[in-house]
Amino acid sequence: MSTAVSTASRSTGSTTSGPRRRRLGSTGIVYLALVGILVVSAGLVAAQGGNFFSQGNLFYLLSQTSLLGFVAIGQTFVILCKSLDLSVGYVVAWSSLVAATTMAGDPSRIWLGVLAALAVAAGVGLVNGLVISKLRVNSFIATLGVGLIIKGYLDTQYKGPSGEVPQAFQGFGYTRIGPVPISVVVLAVVMVLAVVLLTRTRPGYHMFAVGGNIDVARLSGIRTDRSIILAHVVCSLCAGVAGLLIAARFGTGNALVYTYGYDLNSIAAVVLGGTLLMGGRGSILGTVAGVLILASLDTVFNVLDVSPFFKDVLRGAIIIAAVAMYARRQIDPASSRARFRALGQSVRPGSRSGPADPAAPARENPSAPTTGTEATR
Amino acid sequence: MTAQPLGASAPLLTLRGVGKVFFGNSVLRGIDLDVRPGEVHALVGENGAGKSTLMKIIAGVHQPDAGTMELDGAPVTFASPLAAQAAGVSTVFQEFNLLPERTVAENVYLGREPRRFGIVDARRMARDTDALLADLGLHGLASWMRVGSLSVAEQQVVEIVKAVSYDARIISMDEPTAALADQEVELLYALVHQLRARGVAILYVSHRLKEIFDLCDTITVLKDGDFVLTTATADITPDRLVRTMVGREFAGYYPDKDPGTVPGAVKLALAGAGNTQVDGIDLEVRAGEIVALAGLQGSGRTEIAHGVFGVAPFTRGTVLLDGEPVTVSSAREAVRLGLALVTEDRKAEGLALEQSISANARLVLDAVTPGSSDRRAQAIPGILSSLDLVSRSKDAEVQYLSGGNQQKVVLAKWLVTEPSVIVLDEPTRGIDVGAKRAVYDLMRTLTARGVAILLISSELPEVVAMADRILVMRDGRLAGELPAGSDEETIMALATGAGDGSEHVEVDLSALADLPRDAALPGDAAPPGDAAAPTRSAHSDTLQEEK
Repeated sequence: MSTAVSTASRSTGSTTSGPRRRRLGSTGIVYLALVGILVVSAGLVAAQGGNFFSQGNLFYLLSQTSLLGFVAIGQTFVILCKSLDLSVGYVVAWSSLVAATTMAGDPSRIWLGVLAALAVAAGVGLVNGLVISKLRVNSFIATLGVGLIIKGYLDTQYKGPSGEVPQAFQGFGYTRIGPVPISVVVLAVVMVLAVVLLTRTRPGYHMFAVGGNIDVARLSGIRTDRSIILAHVVCSLCAGVAGLLIAARFGTGNALVYTYGYDLNSIAAVVLGGTLLMGGRGSILGTVAGVLILASLDTVFNVLDVSPFFKDVLRGAIIIAAVAMYARRQIDPASSRARFRALGQSVRPGSRSGPADPAAPARENPSAPTTGTEATR
Repeated sequence: MTAQPLGASAPLLTLRGVGKVFFGNSVLRGIDLDVRPGEVHALVGENGAGKSTLMKIIAGVHQPDAGTMELDGAPVTFASPLAAQAAGVSTVFQEFNLLPERTVAENVYLGREPRRFGIVDARRMARDTDALLADLGLHGLASWMRVGSLSVAEQQVVEIVKAVSYDARIISMDEPTAALADQEVELLYALVHQLRARGVAILYVSHRLKEIFDLCDTITVLKDGDFVLTTATADITPDRLVRTMVGREFAGYYPDKDPGTVPGAVKLALAGAGNTQVDGIDLEVRAGEIVALAGLQGSGRTEIAHGVFGVAPFTRGTVLLDGEPVTVSSAREAVRLGLALVTEDRKAEGLALEQSISANARLVLDAVTPGSSDRRAQAIPGILSSLDLVSRSKDAEVQYLSGGNQQKVVLAKWLVTEPSVIVLDEPTRGIDVGAKRAVYDLMRTLTARGVAILLISSELPEVVAMADRILVMRDGRLAGELPAGSDEETIMALATGAGDGSEHVEVDLSALADLPRDAALPGDAAPPGDAAAPTRSAHSDTLQEEK
């Protein structure tokens, strides 16, 4: 049915099909960029006589991906709701400690450890969400504060690595199928769940609405506080899974994990993946691509032995360039209210119709007969 | 056009004696309204007559402070817009309640997405939306389209579709054509006819007389917050309607012009100036002259001010200052050229609310001419006292001042730069009578000194009493020029397009009957958040309460 209607509208207003066409979404662009970076990386590595897609490199790339991937998928939910979570790094550290100390090297306590770690993580998310939605504290400050509280607790309670992860659970960190670590399989499962939650359920729909315009959401009967709290719980849970993975890899819990920069890196990956920092638009798949891009850069820099300083410069430049590009694609709300054509430039630069579109001038000039309405009539 | 006789069917919604008070300021008093099924009911009045407030009461945004509201004969109170919607009363506001990043279907079903086994049934949602669109004859829209990619008219339609999907029995529309181009209006007309045929009652707020006489069965006129009359459209003529809307007692506190003040050389001239909001603007302001820009909200008056001042520069035509062509591409350049702009929204654009009176008064000097600001700022105390600013000390934060005193600070900020051309955008909005008088006196003093003043105002009595010439804007273009002392009806007729667009319009019935289509042309794209009545009261002198 919907296909029939869309074809109909295309044929009635053939000249207006330009603006009607579904554009290449941000996610598409991110994946194009990912492919581009992979190609360039492979070329650079090959020029030095190496193979970028060797088993070792791929394994490195994918392990980098899985850790940041969990955190970034969670962060996507929060950012979609126009919120932010700066406490994820501390949640990763804390849940790794909770898991390791609960398991205490006893294989029978693995599930207890997993549950305890996730419960702690979910609790932090709940607190974040409540502070932001009920106390109306800005998310930046709220999660920074909660993060500092956790940091203080961890620094006083755990000096150095604590607990012990049983061998069986360490497999979560090291086992691999071909070049694919088992953690990547878990990441894929989490990703699918996240996609379903976000794009197939009411809570997901409502998160888009809350991030897009909280007043519109509220006026449509959405319980906006719940959406925000749920997003934060999901975010912290994902960070908790990352913590479990860390514990499995190290064989122990470690408070210093919070120095790894998961908070800002996850935000960078989310934004790189095309999710608006201002909320309301974004996708899990985009975020995963963002993580893959960051991991690819990491891998290629590693293989090419680039100095760590230059690595950061490049990373920073790429993130800024990406966001600047997204900003250019934004629709300027003022331009849709334009009444007359600005001289020498299209009223809606790049947003709906290119200059080659013959319907463009007609649409913007009220006195000229327009083909635009034909399609709408 | 079948005008439904009053009392033909039982009213769906009945309002009796509804009143609303904002911060001790009564903005609505004793409003009676009956809305019947299948009726298109126009709500008309000048800017600030209280239409928006009344709409918001019906929508559940505001709760009335007096009077009763009945739906189907049973008393109702809407605690929230959601409650009103649930009761079948939907409102389409000017600022759209849509999510631009989501599709049409996602917007229509927002907050009540259909589900199957806990999963949102996107296919059913799309199917139902498409069915609804087809049912309403909207073949160009489809459920999958992203709302942000639609034109303003189409977004408006999506809003209405959303209202229909709630099974609304009453849909109120706040200036639905304000942002629409002429041919887009047809789309709305068709939709309104469809809805009326379905027995939906429509409450239609509009400034455009043509639409009102084309579409509406019944007209209710508000004026300054009071109920004036309700009449069948067939029983009233356009010129009588205009007279009913504007007629009021002449306030009479305007200072007379000093006979010694005669317009001198042309200070500011625009020739064919235009940008995306205004087009083909030709105007001249002479030294010692007050030229008023009248027009409805959103007709492009403020945009001219912004164009002159470089905030949203003109992209066509020329701007001449003292006969020299100039390009003003930023406010900073404008100040350097001796221009001043007293903005419409003094809290958002005129003042740093948390700073002191003296800091605010020095703001422009410090920013634009830091080298000489100390010397020039010595004039500030004198200017402030000449404006009769009342405050404890010069260090008081301006947020604690009354609206009138705040406006005096804004004026002082600009006067100290010794401008030769001042643009005043709604300089007396929301200030008390005493402060108004001070502003009028100041305008006379400035013109006596040879300053050129461009006055933008929605207060017609003020325009009539103060201006040497009156330019009337409509839909982004100059609709005509009127001499000093023209009456309010003539201005209003020109601004609403009740006449045929020639200069010196007589409001003529016969001319209106066969009105050319472009007389009610595009849109007075009102800025978002345009709610004349609440704005007025919110700018009242009871500042502390507002925080």
